[in-house]
Amino acid sequence: MKNKIYQTFDEAVADIPDGITFMSPGFGGVGVPRNLLAALNRQGAKGLTGVSNNAGNMDDKVDVGTLVQAGQVKKMICAFTAPTHPSQVTPFVTMYNNDEIDAELVPQGTLAERMRAAGAGIGGFYTPTSVGTELAEGKEHREINGRMHVLENPLPGDYAFIRAWKSDTFGNLQFRMTQRNFNPIMAMAAKITIVEVEDEIVEVGQLDPDQIHVCGIYVDRIVKIPPDGIFD
Amino acid sequence: MAEKPRLERQAMCDRLAMEFQDGWIVNLGVGMPTLCSNYVDPSKEFINHSENGVIGYGPLAAAGKEDKHLVNAGGQHVTAMPGMSIVHHADSFAMIRGGMIDVTVMGAYEVAENGDFANWRIPNRKGGGIGGAMDLAACAKRVFIAMEHSTRDGKPRMLKRCKLPVTAPGAVTLVSTDLGLFEITPQGFKLVEHAPGWSPEDIQELTEAKLIIADDLREFRFRAPCKQ
Repeated sequence: MKNKIYQTFDEAVADIPDGITFMSPGFGGVGVPRNLLAALNRQGAKGLTGVSNNAGNMDDKVDVGTLVQAGQVKKMICAFTAPTHPSQVTPFVTMYNNDEIDAELVPQGTLAERMRAAGAGIGGFYTPTSVGTELAEGKEHREINGRMHVLENPLPGDYAFIRAWKSDTFGNLQFRMTQRNFNPIMAMAAKITIVEVEDEIVEVGQLDPDQIHVCGIYVDRIVKIPPDGIFD
Repeated sequence: MAEKPRLERQAMCDRLAMEFQDGWIVNLGVGMPTLCSNYVDPSKEFINHSENGVIGYGPLAAAGKEDKHLVNAGGQHVTAMPGMSIVHHADSFAMIRGGMIDVTVMGAYEVAENGDFANWRIPNRKGGGIGGAMDLAACAKRVFIAMEHSTRDGKPRMLKRCKLPVTAPGAVTLVSTDLGLFEITPQGFKLVEHAPGWSPEDIQELTEAKLIIADDLREFRFRAPCKQ
């Protein structure tokens, strides 16, 4: 069977071409694939579309905003395209206000479900979220069980960058606490899933099959974060 | 008019939390609504749901005691509690859309007398910050709002109709401001409790929509002092 273990992040992202859609999980600074994002930043792919909860935070840690600031991203699809507080002027916000980057604003639950639908082979879904707001304008509406819904389309990706707690050599993954967030659905939604592992990569058979959060069939490349890597 | 003291944010949030019933699954928005979690009633237990997929978490972690992998919707480190569980983001929002959330408390820029509210986009600024607000507003069983009664430059936030793009139409049922507690009824805002020293007329003066005054209007209720 194909070896999925890569020794370095640079090798794991080396073949990523310009123009692809990448998915980057993380919420509240937890479960962010910072080592893979740093490697893609070094690798230099451009014209990327990013899918993430937000477009980068104010701290100086590596996140999606690092790629945005470097001019590698042409469009962000996320649940925040303006600062939650006027003081939170990220590189994305400045570039967006200057029309230097495109964005699509999606309610967070719709964002998650669109990726889940893509991974699950669902051709879209109807949701009551955003009905009656300007985000629903132009979308197909349908009344279901007496309630108005809007049609939302699946959101697939080319690459997903995943931050896991443990992996086995097949790519079965476990997360710790709220590290999980968008990770499992992004792993499903992308064609190629690359994982950075925080704690350890174990041999197959070492993880309890009843305690797997992402099945290894979704996982293509696995890298253990080295001692000098980014652990948050 | 001489400015009278207004209610503190903690009091505004305590008052909403007093409405939570035993066993309710509660989702608190980032910012002011988080203060609801400081309200403690020994006779009731609430289950905290956070949109990032943690259900049944406890109070904020003390400095030095943080688990780096455990945060709430605001990215604050919270504590693990017995019975806590973790799900991924799509399942977390399945719970929200599926009607499992008994109440969500959010902040707002504006609330209208028809229950519309706006909290994701401000004028003359590109983009917006929705996060989980639209899913929660559309699908939680109850939407409570905690917000200042007036904008920083003194304009009313309690309106006949929202001027800003709405987060969800007709969703809000209860509003706590620094001037009182307001129910949203089919006829509009009903003032049910007023801040100490503020008459209904004082409050109406700072409210665009016409207030209905409750027959049993009373002074704003504060939580009983309790040991921290």
